[in-house]
Amino acid sequence: MAIRLEKPWQELASIDGLPGHMGVFELADAQGQVIYIGFAGGRSQFGLRGEIAASTARMASALGFRLEVTTAYLTRWQELLMVYRADHGRWPAENGSMSGLGRLSPV
Amino acid sequence: MDLRPTAEQELIVAMVRRFVREEILPLEQHLDPDADELPADDGARLVALVRDMGLYGLDIPPEYGGPEIDLVTRTLIAIEMSQHRAGLYAPCYGVFGGAGLAQLFEATEEQKQRYLYPTLRGEKKGFFGLTEPSGGSDPARAIQTRAVRDGNEWVVNGSKIFISGADKADYGLVFARTDADKGRNGVTCFIVDTDTPGFHVRRIVHTLRAARYATELSFEDMRVPHGNVLGDVNKGFAIANDRLSRQRIPYAAGCVGVAIKAHEMALEYVPQRETFGAPLSSRQAIQWMLVDNEIDIRQSRWLTLEAADRAERGEPFRTEAAMAKLVATESASRVVDRCIQIFGGYGVSKDFPFERWYREMRIRRIGEGPSEVQRHIIARDLLGASLR
Repeated sequence: MAIRLEKPWQELASIDGLPGHMGVFELADAQGQVIYIGFAGGRSQFGLRGEIAASTARMASALGFRLEVTTAYLTRWQELLMVYRADHGRWPAENGSMSGLGRLSPV
Repeated sequence: MDLRPTAEQELIVAMVRRFVREEILPLEQHLDPDADELPADDGARLVALVRDMGLYGLDIPPEYGGPEIDLVTRTLIAIEMSQHRAGLYAPCYGVFGGAGLAQLFEATEEQKQRYLYPTLRGEKKGFFGLTEPSGGSDPARAIQTRAVRDGNEWVVNGSKIFISGADKADYGLVFARTDADKGRNGVTCFIVDTDTPGFHVRRIVHTLRAARYATELSFEDMRVPHGNVLGDVNKGFAIANDRLSRQRIPYAAGCVGVAIKAHEMALEYVPQRETFGAPLSSRQAIQWMLVDNEIDIRQSRWLTLEAADRAERGEPFRTEAAMAKLVATESASRVVDRCIQIFGGYGVSKDFPFERWYREMRIRRIGEGPSEVQRHIIARDLLGASLR
């Protein structure tokens, strides 16, 4: 399994057709840069559809998204955040300052 | 042998049971079903409560500031602490503290100053690095990570897999082969700082345990001072082996606790749930599941307490710990599976904790030595290589 989410970005208009599954997602700005990494867990109403809709409504700069359906949403979410920090030296802008996560040095 | 709890043990068990039901379960209702951490402020508040109860740092020896509680009582407490959704791998979300890497109690004073005491104060975290891609069940032969002496340092090259907490740790115990010709007598334990050049956490390993991942490590010309050898050169396997035997008792106790909780929930449910005009409790098929649960729980509880009792008395306990681990993990798996069957669709939903226990319990039959290795240990003792 690839450790980075490398799927093409989808437009926000397609949110209504998303599955209600658990999983992880990334939001992008107009330049296609990741600005937020989130997850839909066991208590998320309408799963990925609900979480992505709620997150994009909160973040005006979010213009695209991509997702991955997974039941291991917590560990996958942490992994995506750690890989992002390893690649960019900081957290995604809309995630703010994260604590309690580990360090990865992926090849 | 009398393993009935004493009056004091009953008091402590009742106190921990009340703590789980009044403090942990209400908080857990609001967490993600796979969570294994509390919000920081809740965690700090509960740690303070546990300290007031005199139960913080249960497995820390009294001379290092831990409470003076014997192993049988600690096992009874461990059975109680696991009786909630996250309880199998995060009993009470860690608010009872712990000794961390118990091997450090045997370290030199300088090593204790640098690693043990900061760990006990909560300032440093460590990891245990034994298993390698070449195997984990037979570490004496499977270890291929090599350490070669170069003056006052060792140069370590190799990899580890299924290592918990290495990405967040400040240091770890890393087992490496220091003499290729000596099998289990050619393994040395090193204390490795995670900021050492050449230490890499390469990736996360996702497992059935959805809240907490394992990691894969690589060591590339990682130089470790000779002063960071834990114990003696080529004597590392004894350090690993002692840890594996001791760890099997609380590992079994956690399974017993979850099985008890699942069984209790089923016992509450079956008189309420009706099928074809009668409660489930009146159905013989259900009654027999409950009977089998009760027998599974009693035998695993007894074997776990027996192992703890022998270890507490300083008697050989490796066979008993293996039996406890084997029986508790396998019987608790059956109990959780039966409870899912009784609860039907709810049993497999995230509305109830059974599905998490089911996934995590499957790991317990592999972790800390799989069932087959436990049988191997018991058979070896039965057939003459006895440690008794």
